[in-house]
Amino acid sequence: MIVEFGHFALVLALVASLIQSVFPVWGAVRGDSRMMAMASPLAIAMFLLVLLSFFCLTWAYLTSDFSVMNVFQNSHTDKPLIFKISGVWGNHEGSILLWVLILVLFGALVAMFSKNIPNALKATALSAQAWVSAAFLAFVIFTSNPFLRINQPPLQGSDLNPMLQDIGLAIHPPLLYVGYVGFSIVFAFAVAALILGRIDAAWARWVRPWVLVSWIFLTLGIAMGSYWAYYELGWGGWWFWDPVENASFMPWLTGTALLHTAIVMEKRNALKVWTVFLAIVTFSLSLLGTFLVRSGVLTSVHAFAVDPTRGLYILTILMVFIGGSFSLFAWRAPLLKQGGIFAPVSREGALVLNNLFLTTATAIVMFGTLYPLVLEAATGTKISVGAPFFNLTFGPLMMPVLLVMPFGQLLAWKRGDLWAVTQRLVAAFVLCVIATIGLAWFYAGSGVLVIIGFGFATWAIIGSVFEIIDRMNIRRVGLAGGFNRLKGMPRTVWSTALGHLGVGLTALGIVTVSAFESETVLVMHPGDTVEKSGYHVTYDGSWDQRGPNYVERVARYTMRDGGNVVRVLEPSKRVYNASGTPMTETAIATFGFSQVYFAIGDNTDDGGLVTRLYMKPLITLIWIGCLIMSLGGFIALTDRRLRVGAPKPARKSNRHSQPAPAE
Amino acid sequence: MTRKQRRLTLIGLAGVVIAVATGLILYALDDKIAFFQSPSDIAANQIDVGQRIRLGGLVSMDSVETSDSGSVSFKVEDGGADIKVVYVGILPDLFREGQGIVAEGFVDEGGVFRADQVLAKHDENYMPKEVYEALKEQDHVYDDETLKQSN
Repeated sequence: MIVEFGHFALVLALVASLIQSVFPVWGAVRGDSRMMAMASPLAIAMFLLVLLSFFCLTWAYLTSDFSVMNVFQNSHTDKPLIFKISGVWGNHEGSILLWVLILVLFGALVAMFSKNIPNALKATALSAQAWVSAAFLAFVIFTSNPFLRINQPPLQGSDLNPMLQDIGLAIHPPLLYVGYVGFSIVFAFAVAALILGRIDAAWARWVRPWVLVSWIFLTLGIAMGSYWAYYELGWGGWWFWDPVENASFMPWLTGTALLHTAIVMEKRNALKVWTVFLAIVTFSLSLLGTFLVRSGVLTSVHAFAVDPTRGLYILTILMVFIGGSFSLFAWRAPLLKQGGIFAPVSREGALVLNNLFLTTATAIVMFGTLYPLVLEAATGTKISVGAPFFNLTFGPLMMPVLLVMPFGQLLAWKRGDLWAVTQRLVAAFVLCVIATIGLAWFYAGSGVLVIIGFGFATWAIIGSVFEIIDRMNIRRVGLAGGFNRLKGMPRTVWSTALGHLGVGLTALGIVTVSAFESETVLVMHPGDTVEKSGYHVTYDGSWDQRGPNYVERVARYTMRDGGNVVRVLEPSKRVYNASGTPMTETAIATFGFSQVYFAIGDNTDDGGLVTRLYMKPLITLIWIGCLIMSLGGFIALTDRRLRVGAPKPARKSNRHSQPAPAE
Repeated sequence: MTRKQRRLTLIGLAGVVIAVATGLILYALDDKIAFFQSPSDIAANQIDVGQRIRLGGLVSMDSVETSDSGSVSFKVEDGGADIKVVYVGILPDLFREGQGIVAEGFVDEGGVFRADQVLAKHDENYMPKEVYEALKEQDHVYDDETLKQSN
C-alpha cells in the first residue's frame, strides 16, 4: 500500500510540474499576477510529493519488501541498515528519483527564500525549471519506475553490488547530485532572463548564491568520489579520466568559470551575454553527464542497467533542452544590453582569461570523452582515450591558469597596472623559488617537468595568500595593526584566497604523487619483513572471519619505524554471501599528508600472500585542496552582500549598507 | 581602447588559445590513444612493438600462472587466436579463467603482451562491451547461460 502511495505521489508531482510549466511563465509574459502567484506554492507542492514518494521507496527498502522489483534486485535482509538506506539510490531507478528529488528541492528553495526577486523573473524561472522536472518525472514514471511489483514475491533479495556497500555511497551521490542539479536553477534563471529580455547586475546577485551552492557541492562530490575510488578499487588510482568522471568534471569547469563571470557581472555589469551563455552550457553539461552515465552508452560501475529505451529517452531530453535553450539564446541574446567596458589589463581581463582557459579545457575534456563514442558509431573503430591523452592536452592549459591567479587577485577593476602588481608579487616569486628548490631537494627530484610542476603549484599557493599578507601590511602598521586589518578584511578577500589556495594545494598533491609515488608488489609469507620508504613492514599472518553479509580473509601487517611500531594494518578480501562476489578492502596508513596504501591479492600455494604496497607522497593534499576550495565558496556564500533575500543593484550598493527592503 | 579594439584583442587571444589546444589534441591523438584489438587482430596485422593497445578477449582455461615476484601470465583468446599476456600486480577481484577481460599495454619483441592494467567486469552481469563484440565477430558468441556456467 505504501509503495502504491509513493507511485501515486510521483504521478501527482508530474501533473503539478506540467501545470507549473505553463501558467507562471504565461502569467509573467501577460502580466497576470494571479498566474505568477501559482509558482511558489506549486514548487513547494512538487517537492513535498516527490519527498513522500522517496520516503515510500526508502520504507520498502527498510522493511525489505521484496515484492518490489527494485528492492528485490538491490537489497537483502542481512544488509546493514546504512546500506539499506543508501541502497535506495544505489541503482538506476532510485538514483534518478534522488536526482528528481534534489531538482524539486531547489525549486522549493527558490520559492521559499527568494522573496525579493521580481515576481515575473521568479515565476518564469520556476516554470523553466519545471520543464526539466516534468521531463525527468516522466522519465522516472514511464521508463524507470522504482515502484514496480513482482507478481510472486521472492523470499530473499539478490543484494547490492558489493562495490557500492560502502559509506561512500551514502555520501558521494547526494553531494554530486546537489551540485549537478543545482545548476538547473541557474539555467532556469538564464532562460527566464532571455524570455523576459532583461538582465542586469541584480540578476547576477540573485543567481550567484545558487551558482556557489551548486559549485561547492559539486566540488565536494567530485572529491568524495575520487577518494572513494582511491580506497575502494584497490589499485591506488585517484582519477582515471574515465568518461563518467569527466561527465562530472565538465560542469565543474564551466561552473567555476561561471562563478567568476558572475562576479564581473555583479560588480561591473559587464560580460552579461557570456554569463548567460555559461549558465546554459553548465546545465547542458550536467544533462550530458546524466545521459552518459544513465543511458548505458558507457560500461562502468555507474551505469547500473543497460536499457536502450532509457538511453533514447534521455537523449531526447538532452536534445530538446540543449537545442531549445541555445536557440532561445541565439534569438534573444542580442536584445540584452551591452554592459560596462574595461581595459584588457584589469581584474575583469584576468577573469576573462580564466574563462578562456577553463572553457577551452572543458572543450578538450568533452572531445576526449565523446570522440571514442562518435568514432565507434561512425566507423566501428574502437579506441580508448585515457590518462596519457588528457595529461598532455589538459595539463598544459592549467598552467597559465595557475600563473595568472595571483595577478588576478591583485589587479584593480576596470583598468589595472600590471607592472605595479608584478612589483608587489616579487616577494611571492622569491618565496616560490625557495619553496620549489626545497621541495625538489626533499623529494630528490630533478626532472624538468617536476620542477615546473612544483613551481606552478607553489606559485598558486603562495600567491593566493599573498594578497592577505599584502593587505595586512605589517611593515607599516606593525603586527598588532596587521591583525586589526586582518579582522576588518572583507569576506570576498578570504573566499578568493582560500579558493585559490585550494587549487594550489590540489595541484601540489597531484604533482608530488604523480612524480614520486612508488609501488611494491611481492609475495609475503608470515613473518616476512619488507622495507618501504623508510618503514619496515612485517606480514604477521591472516585469518578468516564472518561479517554481516560476507566472509573475509583479513591479513595483518605491522609497520615499524626504527624498531617502534607505528601502525598495524588489516587489509582484507571479502566474498559476499548473496552474490558470491569477491571484493578487496584496502588499508591505509596516513603520515602527515602522505599515505602508505595496502591491498592484498590471492594466497599462493605455499601459504604466501600477494601484497601490494604503495607510497603516496602528499596525496591527501588533493582532497584537502578541494575541501579548502569549498570552504572558500562557503565563505563567499555567507557574505552579507550576497545573502539570499538581500538583493540590491550593485551600482547603488555600498559595502557596509544594511540589506535593502524589497523593490 | 574602444569596444571594437577590445573585442578584437579578445578574439585574437581566444584564437591563439584554441589553436594551441587544437594542436595539442591533434598531437595527442597521434600518439596517446590506444586502439582496441582482439587476439585475432593482433595475429592478422603487424602491430608495432611498443604501440599502446587495448587487448580484449577471454582468459584461456588453465593458462594462469603466478610467479613469486608477483607477476602473472595468462593467455587471452577470442576463438580465432590467442596471445600470451604478462602482468605485474594484483588482478581485479573478478578476474577468472574463461572470463572476459580488457588489458592495456603493448606487444614486446617476443610477441608477448605486456599489460600495465587489467580490467575485468564490474559485477556478475556483464562482460566488457568491447570483448563481447570482438567475440561475436569471431562467431564465438556465448549466450548468457553458458557465460554463467563458465563462471
